Amino acid sequence: MAIPLTYNFRSVKARWTSAIVAVAGIAGTVGVFVAMLSLAKGFRATLVSSGSPDNALIVRGGATSEMTSGVGLDSVKIIQDAPGIARGPNGPLVTAEAVLMAPIPLRSTGTDANVEVRGVSPNVLEIRKGVRIVQGRMFTPGLAEIVVGKNANTTYSGLTLGNTIGLGTMQWKVVGVFDAGGSAFDSEVWGDPHLLTAAYNRPDTFFQSVTARLSSPEALTPLKDALTTDPRLNVDVTREIDYYAKQSTRMTTLITTLGGFVAFVMAIGAVFGALNTMYSAVADRGREIATMRALGFGGPSVVFSFLIEALLISFVGGLLGCLAVLRLNGVTTSTINFQTFSNLAFAFMITPSLLVEGVVFAMVMGVLGGFFPAVRAARLPVATALREL
Amino acid sequence: MIRVDGSSDSQSLIRVRGLNKTYSRGGEKIQVLQGLNLDVDKGDFVAFMGPSGSGKTTLLNLLGGLDVPSAGSITVAGDEITHMSGSKLTQWRARHVGFIFQMYNLIPVLTAYQNVELPLLLTKLSGSDRRKHVETALAVVGLADRMQHYPRQLSGGQEQRVTIARAIVSDPTFLLCDEPTGDLDRKSADEIMALIEELVNRYGKTVLMVTHDPVVAARAHTTLHLEKGLLVEGKGSSPQSVLAGGAA
Repeated sequence: MAIPLTYNFRSVKARWTSAIVAVAGIAGTVGVFVAMLSLAKGFRATLVSSGSPDNALIVRGGATSEMTSGVGLDSVKIIQDAPGIARGPNGPLVTAEAVLMAPIPLRSTGTDANVEVRGVSPNVLEIRKGVRIVQGRMFTPGLAEIVVGKNANTTYSGLTLGNTIGLGTMQWKVVGVFDAGGSAFDSEVWGDPHLLTAAYNRPDTFFQSVTARLSSPEALTPLKDALTTDPRLNVDVTREIDYYAKQSTRMTTLITTLGGFVAFVMAIGAVFGALNTMYSAVADRGREIATMRALGFGGPSVVFSFLIEALLISFVGGLLGCLAVLRLNGVTTSTINFQTFSNLAFAFMITPSLLVEGVVFAMVMGVLGGFFPAVRAARLPVATALREL
Repeated sequence: MIRVDGSSDSQSLIRVRGLNKTYSRGGEKIQVLQGLNLDVDKGDFVAFMGPSGSGKTTLLNLLGGLDVPSAGSITVAGDEITHMSGSKLTQWRARHVGFIFQMYNLIPVLTAYQNVELPLLLTKLSGSDRRKHVETALAVVGLADRMQHYPRQLSGGQEQRVTIARAIVSDPTFLLCDEPTGDLDRKSADEIMALIEELVNRYGKTVLMVTHDPVVAARAHTTLHLEKGLLVEGKGSSPQSVLAGGAA
């Protein structure tokens, strides 16, 4: 049987001043680790939630994003008649969308940020079921009216209900605020596509993308086959949710890599903290260890016991690190979406699995910091250490 | 019966033959034990005395399997321990040796009960059996009412009693005492020695003890002196050197 766990618990408690250094180092590292990952997770979740598995997104063939895409009005008409597209009382559920960038000052700093302005069809709410008007009303087609996402409403100056703001060559009245369920659309401004393109001196027969409601999730394949084999069209068809998942990849990779690097550097420091704590624990308890060995506890038992102790310290550190950043959960921040160069608001997303990853990371640091001191403890010369004062 | 001339048959509980121990210090070789012989029977109580550096503790460490000799053999209850691997020796210690240290060597963060229970954690005893053994051992040393006390809450004499309880709880083959009264006042020392005597006389324990104190040594059945790496008998008479070489 191994050395009792009580011994480790009480030893850590008795030497808490030494253990606290390691706990603090590990807690800080885990805090940064979890915060970074939650940032990446939140960004990805925001973009992924923008897409629906019931929608298909159609862009120009080879386009990597809406910003590099172009779909003409003639193509839109062909798409509307394609198989697999759901139909509403007013015809096919298709929204041909013009995507523009407008510099609007941030409320927090007063500096301009790129806001994605999307010209959408009047039936867009039937296609994007997750979007609903929470204040005011939907814009009226043909009028210079806009509705703004809830994040755009709170993040930028001038996007409050009833206000008028200049976009392009026209003045627009904010007539509604919509809630897109925390998706990227919450950072956007929507209006009539024809008026918006006119305000920016763009042809009103040219769109960036077409989003179509599928008659069923399985209808994507026939739609895709029909559109990609039509010689009149040059388009790519993707399930909307997959499109947005792909859009999130570059930024999440960047955040994860940078966050991982910072956490790694901090982890080196934390491991040295743990090493220091555990080496001093071994040095302070030479006689205790030798007594255990004399009583018949083997070297592996001693190694295991000190590893448990290191794991205990790192577990507490990991737990504290997780608790410290837990309050970040749901806090909204924003960054540039590299795919569209628009400002995108998103929230830190701390999930239970992320917390588990944080604690596991802490325990890995504990093992690294505890292993060598544990081996040293097991190798103490018993006869000499027994007589240590 | 205790003999140091290597003439005993193989029935002794502890049989030491031609024991040598040499240390290297700064390139110089120091021979602490030089072909030492010893035979101890079950129920014997022997005290080892000698000046500092004479090798008393070295001998105790070798007998307890805490150190390995440079040459010679130690056989305990038929098992020769001198060629055992480290892990075998650890297991052997758990089964055969009860240690009583001068500084008690109790684990400060564990209660008296938990300290005494430690050796039993290496056995296959169930939790309830362990409890019975621990309670009995603590009752034998007169500390049944101090089970939940931590070492810092006990006097030196009480701490040493807990150490004795820990040493006897697994019923080892023999007890090794390294200056068991060295850190105690005379009254406490007398009480501890009375307890050790009781273990020998009432419970038939075999005890090997190192001490500087002739009063303490006088409580043993036999006192052996370590001089120049050899054991010489010395209780009640002038030490008589016993040749040891080639006696195995």
